[in-house]
Amino acid sequence: MAGVVVFAEVKDGRLKKASREALSIGRKLAQTAGGDLVAFGVDRAAAEEAGRYGAKRLYVAPLTAYTTGPFTTALKQLVDQVKPSIVLLAGTSNGRDLAPRLAARLNVGVASDVDRLEWTGGKLRARRPVYSGKAFATVEVSSTPAMATTRPNAFTAEEAGGETAEVVQIAGPASDDKVKLIETKTAEAEELTIAEADIIVSGGRGLKEATNFSLIRDLAHAIGGAVGASRATVDAGWIDHQHQVGQTGRVVSPNLYIAAGVSGAIQHLAGMSSSEHIVAINKDPEAPIFRVADLGVVGDLFQIIPALTEAVKKAKAH
Amino acid sequence: MNSVVCIAQVPDTEARIKIADGRRIDETGLKFIVSPYDEFALEEAIRVKEAKGGDVTVVSFGPDRVQQALRECLARGATKALHIKGESGSADALGIAKTLAAAIRSVPHDLLFFGKQGVGTDNSLVGPMVAELLGYPQLNVVTHLEVGEGKITAHREIEGAEEILEASMPAVITAQKGLNEPRYASLKGIMAAKKITIETKTLPDLGLQESDIHHQRVTVVALELPPEKSGGRKIDGGDAATAAKEILKYIREEAKAL
Ligand SMILES: Cc1cc2nc3c(=O)[nH]c(=O)nc-3n(C[C@H](O)[C@H](O)[C@@H](O)COP(=O)(O)OP(=O)(O)OC[C@H]3O[C@@H](n4cnc5c(N)ncnc54)[C@H](O)[C@@H]3O)c2cc1C
Ligand SMILES: Cc1cc2nc3c(=O)[nH]c(=O)nc-3n(C[C@H](O)[C@H](O)[C@H](O)COP(=O)(O)OP(=O)(O)OC[C@H]3O[C@@H](n4cnc5c(N)ncnc54)[C@H](O)[C@@H]3O)c2cc1C
Repeated sequence: MAGVVVFAEVKDGRLKKASREALSIGRKLAQTAGGDLVAFGVDRAAAEEAGRYGAKRLYVAPLTAYTTGPFTTALKQLVDQVKPSIVLLAGTSNGRDLAPRLAARLNVGVASDVDRLEWTGGKLRARRPVYSGKAFATVEVSSTPAMATTRPNAFTAEEAGGETAEVVQIAGPASDDKVKLIETKTAEAEELTIAEADIIVSGGRGLKEATNFSLIRDLAHAIGGAVGASRATVDAGWIDHQHQVGQTGRVVSPNLYIAAGVSGAIQHLAGMSSSEHIVAINKDPEAPIFRVADLGVVGDLFQIIPALTEAVKKAKAH
Repeated sequence: MNSVVCIAQVPDTEARIKIADGRRIDETGLKFIVSPYDEFALEEAIRVKEAKGGDVTVVSFGPDRVQQALRECLARGATKALHIKGESGSADALGIAKTLAAAIRSVPHDLLFFGKQGVGTDNSLVGPMVAELLGYPQLNVVTHLEVGEGKITAHREIEGAEEILEASMPAVITAQKGLNEPRYASLKGIMAAKKITIETKTLPDLGLQESDIHHQRVTVVALELPPEKSGGRKIDGGDAATAAKEILKYIREEAKAL
């Protein structure tokens, strides 16, 4: 009984970044827990990339679009066969859908949305930001296997230079007669989502009106980041809820978070204060956002953001 | 059409968190609220009842203080309430799910509503676990719901897109913000709620062993406050071009982005 199984999700022919991160921490855990790192997926084309991130084998189930039932059955079969010590899923929509269902079927524990993981004393030890970043919990999962979902961007995706993973075809589960996927609608054309982005540029009520979000979009576009928003702007209908950062939006931890015209209410800070680098632009020197900012700029966003967008474009052109 | 709504009572999101014994939060003087996503879950169940009739039963597992949360739900329009007494704080998500699943078995239901996460501990585990334990389909992170004859259609939020799913009943739905606009309790509702008795049960009443619920599988070994952020540099952005240059320098040299 050993090894680590990682659910490897593919998008547009590549492993999702969050899955590459899960494989990377999975490889480290396998070094201490013993056994191999293996991946579970539905796309054999991922074998080469999974191998580079350290997976020895890629178990492929004959499934296509994600639905809970068949994916749970397939992954359960694999776990029964491989008997891993650890099962990891990236904390994507599908990972968060599948992990609890599988855990209940296996009668095992899950640590959710973790940003640190180690294997110690035969148990999986995980750190989780809780109470909207106001505290960190360390939890221990003592079941076999121990499961966790990894917080996107919290772990570094590192190639291990491995050979292409060996593809092992596994049996297909019966189709699900209880749930049917009717349609997938893409919300906004190819916009980078805040969940996985390395850079986020967020706008708040300081933007004054909906159309001024174009300033934030332009900067995000120039810098290669995603567009974030405060709840006040979402509630005002200026932007879709998918962009909301904070306690009742997404909790994000990108490398760079730029907030403009955001006051920094506790529920907003909850969603972004664990970002690696924080820049805040606000005309009020007392705005609470400055308490978490590494670089605070006291000034008018309508002047500074366009100037910054230009400067970024120029820098990129060189 | 009968619905059950599972209600988690959580610390007020505005509250300052203090830590006791290095592993749990200090509850003295702490204000508790109905977890914000559970409000969307409750509202949706009430709307289904208004359209199709039936009961809305709210269920919460926890110490005596959760009765306050159940009362609030009754005042908003739930018709029945069940309090499962016990130290939910020493259960992991699966322990809570087993307790709720056992309780739900004896309550007539077509739809089970949960929040997509309990705000604070943010596990996003309990709803799908109950679905598995009862063998029901799960519709997670739902922003729109239509209840038809013998089946439901739900919109599920995923990264940058939305899925439209159809499921048989009974089914588990976990509510996302946007599903509806929760109502406030009316004075009439508050008065009516006072006449409803909250039913109480213990773990043994449900045929459960404490040992399967408490201190199993996942245990919290430490709870710590994050290190104080030392506050960064603050600069005057009076001159936009200079400020932009400073920010760009920071982005390149310190964040190493670009
Ligand atoms: C700091 C801390 C960290 C923890 N980490 C983990 C962990 O990683 N894994 C783990 O398994 N357990 C963990 N626990 C144990 C945790 O108490 C339980 O998982 C449980 O409280 C559910 O937490 P949640 O609200 O985050 O659940 P979620 O799964 O996020 O809750 C979803 C929904 O389930 C319903 N629900 C949840 N709890 C109840 C309840 N008591 N009564 C009625 N309905 C309810 C509500 O509708 C809620 O919206 C942790 C506890 C603490 C204090
Ligand atoms: C239960 C609950 C959950 C919540 N969840 C969230 C959440 O998930 N996310 C979230 O963001 N909020 C959340 N909130 C709301 C939160 O409390 C705040 O109301 C909200 O974050 C404020 O948004 P804002 O910063 O855009 O607006 P404001 O607080 O109005 O701030 C606007 C800022 O813009 C600045 N400004 C104005 N003009 C300019 C200018 N020309 N140049 C530069 N700066 C300017 C002002 O100085 C001000 O600081 C929640 C609240 C509750 C009660």
